[in-house]
Amino acid sequence: MKFLRYGFMAFVVVLFAAGCAKTVKPVTPPPATAPSTSATTPPATSTAAPPSVTQLSPLDDPNNILYKKVVYFDFDKSNIKPEFLDMLTAHAKYLIAHPSQKIRIEGYTDERGTWEYNIALGDRRAQSVRRFLLFQGVNPDQISTVSYGEAHSVCSQHNEACWSQNRRAVLVYLSP
Amino acid sequence: MWRRVLLVFGLCMLPIVASHATLEITVTRGVNTAVPVAIVPFGWEVQGPAPSTDVAAVIGADLTRSGRFKAIPDKSMLEKPTQASAINFTNWRILAVNDLVIGRIKPAGSNYQVEFQLFNVYTGQQLLGLSILTTPQGLRWTAHKISDLIYQKLTGQQGAFATRIAYVEISGKGGKDSHYALVVADSDGANPQTVFESSQPIMSPDWSPDGKYIAYVSFESGLPAIYMQDIYTGKRELLSERRGLNSAPAFSPDGKSLAMVLSSSPGNPDIYVMDLATHKLRRITHSEAIDTEPTWSPDGRSLYFTSDRGGSPQIYKVSLSGGAPQRITFDGNYNARSRISPDGKTLAMVHRENGQLRIAVMNLNTGALLTLTDGSLDKSPSFAPNGGMIIYEADYHDRGVLAEVSVDGQVSERLSESQRGVSVYAPVWGPFLSQ
Repeated sequence: MKFLRYGFMAFVVVLFAAGCAKTVKPVTPPPATAPSTSATTPPATSTAAPPSVTQLSPLDDPNNILYKKVVYFDFDKSNIKPEFLDMLTAHAKYLIAHPSQKIRIEGYTDERGTWEYNIALGDRRAQSVRRFLLFQGVNPDQISTVSYGEAHSVCSQHNEACWSQNRRAVLVYLSP
Repeated sequence: MWRRVLLVFGLCMLPIVASHATLEITVTRGVNTAVPVAIVPFGWEVQGPAPSTDVAAVIGADLTRSGRFKAIPDKSMLEKPTQASAINFTNWRILAVNDLVIGRIKPAGSNYQVEFQLFNVYTGQQLLGLSILTTPQGLRWTAHKISDLIYQKLTGQQGAFATRIAYVEISGKGGKDSHYALVVADSDGANPQTVFESSQPIMSPDWSPDGKYIAYVSFESGLPAIYMQDIYTGKRELLSERRGLNSAPAFSPDGKSLAMVLSSSPGNPDIYVMDLATHKLRRITHSEAIDTEPTWSPDGRSLYFTSDRGGSPQIYKVSLSGGAPQRITFDGNYNARSRISPDGKTLAMVHRENGQLRIAVMNLNTGALLTLTDGSLDKSPSFAPNGGMIIYEADYHDRGVLAEVSVDGQVSERLSESQRGVSVYAPVWGPFLSQ
């Protein structure tokens, strides 16, 4: 009985020691968000096959409207402004034509709000874009959303020029 | 045997200290009515090196930080007694000092015995005389405990110096190359310890009422999830990783439930309460609007939360036993992220005024609103457990810094990170601790 109890104690001590190491050790940083490289990945080359040439994705062509992937919003607003409708319509068409392509819409805000309310506002912006794409006929399974609120800002000065760049929803094309 | 286990456990708890810059405190607004007190450097009456912690300096800084007292500098003292018999009260009366603290530190094996005495300078009467046994590492914390005892004796209110704060630290400019850390520190910002870190955002930390756990939102997977972490063992529990939002966790006063914000449908954040034993969820709000930032009334029977159901973000209150939410704030077009004082009488919130975000308090009996701060990005108010001060985040030279303001707005100070390129935000003041 005594032996058992001491054995248990030793076990507890080991557990605590393990807990120790875990506490001190910084948590492994998660992988960075997936870059949208899917379409540009070169085709696998095989020694047998002749070299092949493929078009790069229009998503990466600066002259194509699909190159634009950011929608900007007014202060405290989540409605899509008319100047972004053509761009979003083009993305909707592309997604309908490529039903296996998935995207993530990321919603962001400027810093002029509370952290948690900004999370909700960023979510609302992402949902505005999502609803527009769904209305155009995109399959809901192709679209996921996330709001980072005021985190991950692209500009850190405290002025309107900067804030207007941060109030955004970004279409991120995910690799398969 | 148990004792030995506890010792191992104790050793485990202590060294979570990561190397950190400490916070510097600058009083930005003080009151003329602060009572002058003198904390004489404590005596060390044996051979060998004295402890590195200056106990008297810690006590003096604590009392000054409260705004109720002002510790006079050592160099203006005419004498530095360490024993009651050596005090000449005349030397203190001419400095217009009201109260005098003297003390001594003595070795007790590998520990220290800290003795202190509090005197009223005008009557010469001893108001307190106590001896505290402490470990060398516990000396600074003991100084905070002494501050609490002195504060309580002189004001009749419980001190909140021997308490902790938690906050999030971000290095980098806030872009994708940033690094985030959840930090626990003493109430004066000393002894900061990183309890969790990530390359992705950390938000909305909240203390459990026993001060053992912190709930927070982590984006470590790329998506938000709510975790609860034992700050002493580092053990984490994933509480919610649902589709959509997982935001704004808030412990109930009994520590058994956690209010949180989840998406009831895509794009519709609502308030839920999770039973922490069963993880069962109960939906509390049912609007199409944004409902977020829940916080509990001290009796645990209702929640205050932010909603834009009326067109702009305002604070509402909802009873957990049912009934429609009631609007609480009416001043201005942006009132958000409220926190209630421990006595339930005052609601602190972020209030937008001429485009600037400021900390305001509302008297819940009269509905009167008082703006306490004058910054442009003052956010995340959190009451000290004695209700005397509010800690919040402020912008200072383009960095997020921690600041404190007294509930009457008379005293404010900045606790600024001395490390360059580091911003701090989302401070939350922990509860009174039992030891």
